[in-house]
Amino acid sequence: MCGIVGLLVKNPELRDRLGELMVPMLIGMTDRGPDSAGLAVFSEPVEAPAHKMSLYVPPPPGVDADASSYDWSGMLVELRAGVAHDHHLSSMASHAILTTAADPVAVTAWLREHAPRVHVLSVGTSIDLYKDIGSPASIAQRYSFNTLRGTHLVGHTRMATESAVTPAHAHPFTAGHDFCLVHNGSLSNPHLVRRKLEPLGIHFDTDNDTEAACRFFEWRMREGDDLVSAVHRGFEELDGFYTFLMGTDQQLLIVRDAFSCKPAVVAETDEYVAIASEFRSLAHLPGIRHASVFEPKPQEVYSWRV
Amino acid sequence: MARVTTKPASAGNSREFDLANVALREVNRFLHQDAANEGVAQVRVLNPDGAHSVACGLNAELEVEVDGNVGYYLAGMNKLARVTVNGNAGPGAAENMMSGLVRVRGYASTGAGASAHGGCLVIEGDASLRCGISLKGGDIVVGGSVGSFSAFMAQAGRIVICGDAGDALGDSLYEAVIYIRGDVRSLGADARFEPMTDQDLAAVKELLTTAGFKHAPGEFRRIASAKSLYHWNADANQEY
Repeated sequence: MCGIVGLLVKNPELRDRLGELMVPMLIGMTDRGPDSAGLAVFSEPVEAPAHKMSLYVPPPPGVDADASSYDWSGMLVELRAGVAHDHHLSSMASHAILTTAADPVAVTAWLREHAPRVHVLSVGTSIDLYKDIGSPASIAQRYSFNTLRGTHLVGHTRMATESAVTPAHAHPFTAGHDFCLVHNGSLSNPHLVRRKLEPLGIHFDTDNDTEAACRFFEWRMREGDDLVSAVHRGFEELDGFYTFLMGTDQQLLIVRDAFSCKPAVVAETDEYVAIASEFRSLAHLPGIRHASVFEPKPQEVYSWRV
Repeated sequence: MARVTTKPASAGNSREFDLANVALREVNRFLHQDAANEGVAQVRVLNPDGAHSVACGLNAELEVEVDGNVGYYLAGMNKLARVTVNGNAGPGAAENMMSGLVRVRGYASTGAGASAHGGCLVIEGDASLRCGISLKGGDIVVGGSVGSFSAFMAQAGRIVICGDAGDALGDSLYEAVIYIRGDVRSLGADARFEPMTDQDLAAVKELLTTAGFKHAPGEFRRIASAKSLYHWNADANQEY
């Protein structure tokens, strides 16, 4: 079991309140996913050629996850010396957002060699990503989710059923730039998908089934599909149970498998579209009583653009 | 846990609970025990906000009205009570109902009325997938359409669908009967259309009257089991 939440604000005035509106949604899904949580938030893109990279360093055993245990400023000094471009970094506990004028591929390669404890959670111009183990409330507090601003976000609370409880196994998963996916369900052929993608040079970070779906869709988009076409191809190639909620810099998209064993509820008003596994995560939203509330139909793709 | 703050509603033998202030467990305890002791026959529940198991496990002739959307297992295992939700219901509404009447004025999620032994579930909107799965004698009337795999392995009881059905309707039916007014995307294994008899028309009329729907019984078609799966066919060319 897991919980998913998504929120896209149509009214630009609500962008400053995106995190504040979302935190009760995420905490509302604690019963469905008490072991880990995460979210991706999309906001105004940084100016080209800059990119943003969300970075994470797992705290060593016994170190308080709320305390910053990593020397981010030391890393930044070395990065500036190693990859000669403008880099800006803001950190919070084990998490940092690096804004860089360098090619993200070069930065990732440098990190792998010189700062191997640093995990790259996301790359893009709009996306920031946070994920960690612990209760959704503690993670929301650790990273001040209530202060997040942006146009839309994709969140998840995890109850692990098929792979380890680690920050890397938490959702959202990302692949490529400005793309993320969260999953409620379980895939039965992730290894098949993986064996198909790995020979194409696609690298996997974990043994998690959801990562296979995320990398599959991103691969299809690089091959020229739009996200909706990629999802339709997924109906043929991804076997299992799923409600997938996906975000790109431009859209929020939800789809459920043909059997729709995993729930999802959408509430839409003129101000926002909000998605959760259950209505109880939506009940606090302003104007919810007058929202159009529905459950996505199986194998129908629902998407909303910023 | 919040304190119990029941306040009398307009009628003398009724009570109102606001789930914004009162724990659901207190409300259900009242419905299970105190209502009978205090002679309360009507209960109104406000602000359910998607709560699970609202009015679950009732066993008394209570009239319960819920204002808002509820989560999983609304009125599960219901006996005797009449429960109305002025909103939508999550998965498993009236699951394993034994008797009474459960009415959902909005839509009902997956598995509505699953395995109900008796009573009647009325869904005024659509029902999602697996509505009436393994039905064991209850009645279900759906004002809108039902999702795929509805009435799968339904053993006894009646399902009236005023709208359409998804795939595999009535797959592996036993003795339950389906009446449908709209289109069926596909029938499940062993389910077949059969002529409507006077008895069928009377049954549909009775159930539509209970639900308060105005359709003419003559607009409905009967689906029942062809019973070809009842016995092993040793002559079939099958490999396992």
